Amino acid sequence: MSACPVTLETLPRYPEGTEILTCLQCGVCAGTCPYGEVMDYPPRRMIAMMRAGMLEKVFTSDSLLACVACYACMAKCPRGIRLTEILLPLMKEQTLAHLPELPGELQKALQNTLRYGNPMGEPSRKRAAWVKSAGVPIRIFAEDRKPADVLWFVECYTSYYPRGQDNSRATARLFHALEIDFAILGNEEKCAGECGRLTWEPGLFETLMDYNMAVFQKYQFNRVVTSCPHAHNAFKNRYPVLGFNWGLEHVTPFLAKYLARLKPLLTRKLPYTVTYHDSCCLGRQNEFYQAPRQLLAAIPGVKSIEMVHNRVNAICCGGGGGGMWLDTYFKAKGYERLSERRVREAVATGADVLAVSCPYEVSRFEDALKVLGYDKRMMVRDVTELLAEAMEE
Amino acid sequence: MHILVLLKMVPDVVEDLEIASGGTALDLDCQRMILSESDDHALEQALLLKERHGAKLTVLAVDAAEVDDALFTAAAKGADRVMKIVGSDAGLTTRQAARVLSQTIAEEPGLMPVDLILTGVQAIDDLDGLIAPLVADELHMPYLGIITGIALDVSSDTARAIKEYPSGVRGEFQIQLPAVLGIQAAEKPPRYVPVAKIRAAMKTVKIECAQVLTLADGGWPAVNVLEMKQNEPAGHAEMLEGAPAQVSARLCEILAGRGLF
Repeated sequence: MSACPVTLETLPRYPEGTEILTCLQCGVCAGTCPYGEVMDYPPRRMIAMMRAGMLEKVFTSDSLLACVACYACMAKCPRGIRLTEILLPLMKEQTLAHLPELPGELQKALQNTLRYGNPMGEPSRKRAAWVKSAGVPIRIFAEDRKPADVLWFVECYTSYYPRGQDNSRATARLFHALEIDFAILGNEEKCAGECGRLTWEPGLFETLMDYNMAVFQKYQFNRVVTSCPHAHNAFKNRYPVLGFNWGLEHVTPFLAKYLARLKPLLTRKLPYTVTYHDSCCLGRQNEFYQAPRQLLAAIPGVKSIEMVHNRVNAICCGGGGGGMWLDTYFKAKGYERLSERRVREAVATGADVLAVSCPYEVSRFEDALKVLGYDKRMMVRDVTELLAEAMEE
Repeated sequence: MHILVLLKMVPDVVEDLEIASGGTALDLDCQRMILSESDDHALEQALLLKERHGAKLTVLAVDAAEVDDALFTAAAKGADRVMKIVGSDAGLTTRQAARVLSQTIAEEPGLMPVDLILTGVQAIDDLDGLIAPLVADELHMPYLGIITGIALDVSSDTARAIKEYPSGVRGEFQIQLPAVLGIQAAEKPPRYVPVAKIRAAMKTVKIECAQVLTLADGGWPAVNVLEMKQNEPAGHAEMLEGAPAQVSARLCEILAGRGLF
């Protein structure tokens, strides 16, 4: 079943297509695009080419590889054109079809996601291996099928990547402390596929969506809570075409709803000055700006300081839209890594902790801090990690 | 021009390997299988030749877990015909597999005549790289292995093939067609095929099935596996931490202790 029947050919017949044609050509999209200056066809020019019937020139260039699906063009468009959701994925799909060769890291990530359900190429049968180190019991639905209030969709980096697992262990501790009735899918879970959709690969996304929906149907739960803003995005905006109608939360805003119960548990003082990075999917796409800041403010001892670019203006970490697996390609092209651009700004605040809410960001920012020599001055922590640290053992 | 590519599924070592209860073989019932990497290169090389010469491309594989996925992917990439050989038990020896493949190539309608047979030069369960020369022997064709590039001369029924040698030495050979070539690496990395194309192939492409004709070993002695065991960790890495002077002092101490200074 197709999640998105719209194609580039049929787009002008849909309201989304006619909306794109109302573009004012003001250029705000290109100006706000973090890689706008290196693109042959930044969003404004792409729309102009669409109007002129010359789109083929756009997708036969590799320009769109630099789109990191950060929603900045969409958030700033005075006409409210939803570029990141409609035109860019369709254009990227065509770019993929026309590229003589896909950058190796991206190709491997896509192939791994299809085969193993995660982009790192880790064993699908070890997705739940981190559970043994959680320190609290975690119910896996396949082993205990009784209904749960919350299905916690852990996602890839939080299942496999060692620093991502810190996030999962922290989340598990918080759920237990809050007495949340939850279960996970364990090894049955596969990537939600949002980066497939927004990267290049609607076929990959549909395969993963079909699979995950079939697994969801096996169990009873009231709502899905996910650690990954990209999965949240996919469940919210794409999965409903296949009948996804459960409640949905990302962990950070979910925990913020339990703040009254959580706050008395945060008894350990953390002597950190924290600057919070707004994830593109949580921030610009869903406007969850307050929840992470409320949680940080509830931690005793934590002082918050904002970066110059925050909330809707936040600079992307560069991991979305396939950027997670294009660092080598960007470097070869001479582009600045967006994660390095972002941590420079974070370090300039004088904070000693860069707080995040997206599993992509931990690895990206920790790498960027090391590359720039700031790893002794600043550390990266997910908001859940800071909350768990603030709870006494 | 007709090119035939032989594909083989091998145990996927990303997933845990399980040993069957007899202790002498992998448990193929729970083992995930994946296309052998050098066979993927053989397919890519064939696709490049097809693009250059307009050849007809047939892909043939012995049935195995997940082989349908590999065949549909080959079709999505551009193979004209995909076929699997069914009716044999899992875990053929290389000799048996070569016999099964060559008999099928000789007997199955439409597989002969063939100009070029490409397959991976080796596989993780055929490190000697025997499958291609054995198939060539059965079909009375010349064989050349460790190939990294092919140029066809259709007018003279010959191919020029680049063969790798140690120390970066490369040899260029002219070979009379039909021939069997063992591919070390294609001229380009195996291409990506969008999953939508694979899904479309699953709906529109038919995988043909050929029945296995014989499993005889041809009188060759079989290799007997006496025991199969999982690797056992023998030790652990020691992470040296502290100031550079402390780390280097500790490093010197370890090296001296092992008699390396």
